[in-house]
Parts: sequence; C-alpha cells; structure tokens
Amino acid sequence: MAHQEAIDALLRDFAARKPRALARAISWGESGRAAELIRRLYAKTGSALTIGLTGPPGVGKSTLSSALVRKARSFGKTVGVVSVDPSSPFSHGALLGDRIRLTEHFTDEGVFIRSMASRGHLGGLAGATADAVLLMDAFGLDVVLIETVGVGQSEIEIAELAHTVLVALQPGSGDSIQVLKAGIMEIADIFVVNKADHPMANQLRREIRSMMEMLNFPGWIPELVTTQALAGEGIDDLWGAIERHVAYLNETGEIEEKRRQAFLHQVRQLALGRLERRLDAELSQDRSHGVDPYAAADRILDAFGGSPEAGGDDVRTARPRATVKGLT
Amino acid sequence: MAARPLRIVIAKAGLDGHDRGAKVIARALRDAGMEVIYTGLFQTPEQIVQTAIQEDADGIGLSILSGAHMTLFPLVVEQLAAQDAGDIVFFGGGTIPPEDAGALKSAGVRAIFTPGAPLQEIVDFVQRECGKRRELVG
Repeated sequence: MAHQEAIDALLRDFAARKPRALARAISWGESGRAAELIRRLYAKTGSALTIGLTGPPGVGKSTLSSALVRKARSFGKTVGVVSVDPSSPFSHGALLGDRIRLTEHFTDEGVFIRSMASRGHLGGLAGATADAVLLMDAFGLDVVLIETVGVGQSEIEIAELAHTVLVALQPGSGDSIQVLKAGIMEIADIFVVNKADHPMANQLRREIRSMMEMLNFPGWIPELVTTQALAGEGIDDLWGAIERHVAYLNETGEIEEKRRQAFLHQVRQLALGRLERRLDAELSQDRSHGVDPYAAADRILDAFGGSPEAGGDDVRTARPRATVKGLT
Repeated sequence: MAARPLRIVIAKAGLDGHDRGAKVIARALRDAGMEVIYTGLFQTPEQIVQTAIQEDADGIGLSILSGAHMTLFPLVVEQLAAQDAGDIVFFGGGTIPPEDAGALKSAGVRAIFTPGAPLQEIVDFVQRECGKRRELVG
C-alpha cells in the first residue's frame, strides 16, 4: 500500500532518534493509524519506567512533573512526558497549558514533552495515551511520565497504565471524609501532599496517615511524601519513594504483572473501541420498536454472531475499570 | 474516523508579559475546534520551535507587543529552517507597523495580524493554511 513508504520513512527517522519522527508517530496514534507502526516497534518496548501522576486541577501536577524531570535528568536519564488536558465537549477544541510549567526543559535534547487532548475519552487519559507511552518507550526514553487531566474522584485509568502511581493532593480541600472515599485514593503507590507551605498541610498528612492505618495492604504500603514543587522541596524524598516502589516491583516480580496489566488494558481498549464502532453501526440500522431494551440488545448481539448469555448483563462491568489495590 | 483536530502552538517570546491577545487568540482557536498548545511567557525562538516539533504542530502563532518583532520573528523563521520544519505555518500578531509587517512577510512569516483584526479572519486563516499543511504531511 502507498502508506507503506511513509511508514518505512518514519521508522528510519525513528531509529535515527529524530524527535520529529516520534512526534509524528504519536500523531498517527492519535488518529488511529499507528497499528502497523506499533507492530514493527513493539519488540523495542518494555524498558521504560512509567510513572503516573494524577490529582485534582491546580494541585501542581505539572510543577511536580517539571521537578521530577529535573531530578531524573540529574541522573542522566532521558524522559518523556505525556500530559493530558481535557477537550471541549462542544467544539472538540482544547487548550493545552501544561507546558507552561515545563519550559526549562524545552530545549533539553533528553526530554520530549507531548501535550495531549483527552478527545472525549473518560478516565483521566486520552485514547492515544497508551500508544504514546509505547512509542516513547520504543524511542528509548528511560522514564515516561504520564500526567492525567485534573481529576475528580473516579478517574483512575492511570492505575492500569503506569508502574508507579503518584496521587497529588492539596491541603485545605475537604474534610477527613474526603480521604476515605473510594476511587482515586485507592490507586496511590505514593501520596504527594504538595504545597507544603499551606497552613493545612499537616492536617492533610494526618488524615491520609489515619486513613491508611484503617486499611490492610497486602503488598506495597503507600508512602506519603510532602513537597513544595515550585521551590523544589521534597523532590529528593519523592524520587526516593519512587525508587523504593520500583525496587519493590522488581524484587517481588510484580513489575511483570504491571506490564501485563498495561498490555491487557490497551488490548481491552482497542477491542472495545472496535466493538463500539460496530455496535454504533448496528444501532444506527436498528428499527425495532415495541420490544424491550433487553430483547433489542439480544437482537443486535445476534447480528455479531455471538449468542448473548441470558442474565449476563452486568452494568457494573460495562465501563472501563481499574484494578483496585490496597484493599483486601 | 473523525479528522484529527489541527494543533497550533501559541507563544509569547522575549521580554514581553502582555499575554491578553495571545490568550484571546488561543481561546478563539480552541472554540473553532483546534488543539491549542500554550507555551507561556518569555520563550526563546529555540523553545518555541522545539515545542512545535515535539507537539507535531500544524502552526505557530507568535504574539509580540514589546517592539522586538523585527528580531524575534526572523529568529523563529531561522530556527524552523534549521530544524527542517519549514512546513509548519508560522504567523504572528501584535503592535506591528505596516512597513515592518511587509518586511516580516517577505522574510517568511505567513501572516501578521494587528490590533483590530477580526477574530474570524484569524481563525479562517489558520484553518485554511494549516489545513493545507495537514493535507500535505498527513
């Protein structure tokens, strides 16, 4: 196919480690055209450490990212950053502003930063984030930092993609019940209390501690680190915690599970995406009326060739999931 | 499959802290369905061009209100050429006298918008020119 030449050219530039080739490849991922590319590059993946950084809007994720990039660079590690911001559900446009905190790294050849619009994807990431991570990994970047959109309480997809998940929290944003709630508080490998100069920082630390005391952790016990990212304070501690978590993953072999989980997550996403398009096509043809929704669903699935199991409809599994850790 | 939105870098360069215009443009492009990457203030031409490359941007819009336009615009054009990225549509805006705007256009800046330019005119330009670039590079 005509596309083949473009792929070969891109792969040549990619192998020569030209940033433009990586940028282009990520764009292909964003437009759903990276299948062949990923297939040919997949053998080169698997060596990058992926760190996820999530938390509510304005907590300082990008500032923390910048500090972590600086830290990783001080060890000579190359870093990729994928930073997701929301797309408008109305215009589909987006304002991607995470770079503002990362300017000091723009001309560092060992750092590649990509802003990504969520494009309607829920869960805190973009549909093409997983591709971008694979491509950065194949490009040879040592560390890939994934920064989610500013999240609420339930966007926990990052837990499926990253080896180490940092949940950044900010003091003064709610009472002690907030830290007990399900969702984002359950996915942290490391809690980061940022803005340590805030008068309520200690209170938040206490609340997280007492929340953790109530839980039973079968494996890794989440660490709690306090930072003031803007001043670069606490970043050594944070990096130390990340290293301990990575060492734990390697010693226990859990790293393989993490890789498997990220793999399955992407497979599931791709398969779901295809099924959804097929489903939408069927739905647009559907003229049934006078039947109940269950019967209509049966009829559509029959058209897929698979006979649906009676009573198999579980709305709880109908959404993307994330593995819940820290609970037994 | 829906077309991938155009991606535009909006930048402020040099010692120029007046970013209201840049933000208005960023917002207008966003509302026209584009993905706008805002670099923040005080960028060097190198930083701007590296950003556009890593973001695989279709265009760069540079806002300058400091009077340094005759220095900064050509430096960005130079950087784009040096990085073999001349396909990226480079346009600008700010308080730029007509005679300077003419000189900048002959130096490789695709369009210069001055105060009072209708937003729709800017959006149309970006959509048309960056759309052409997208068709070429895919």
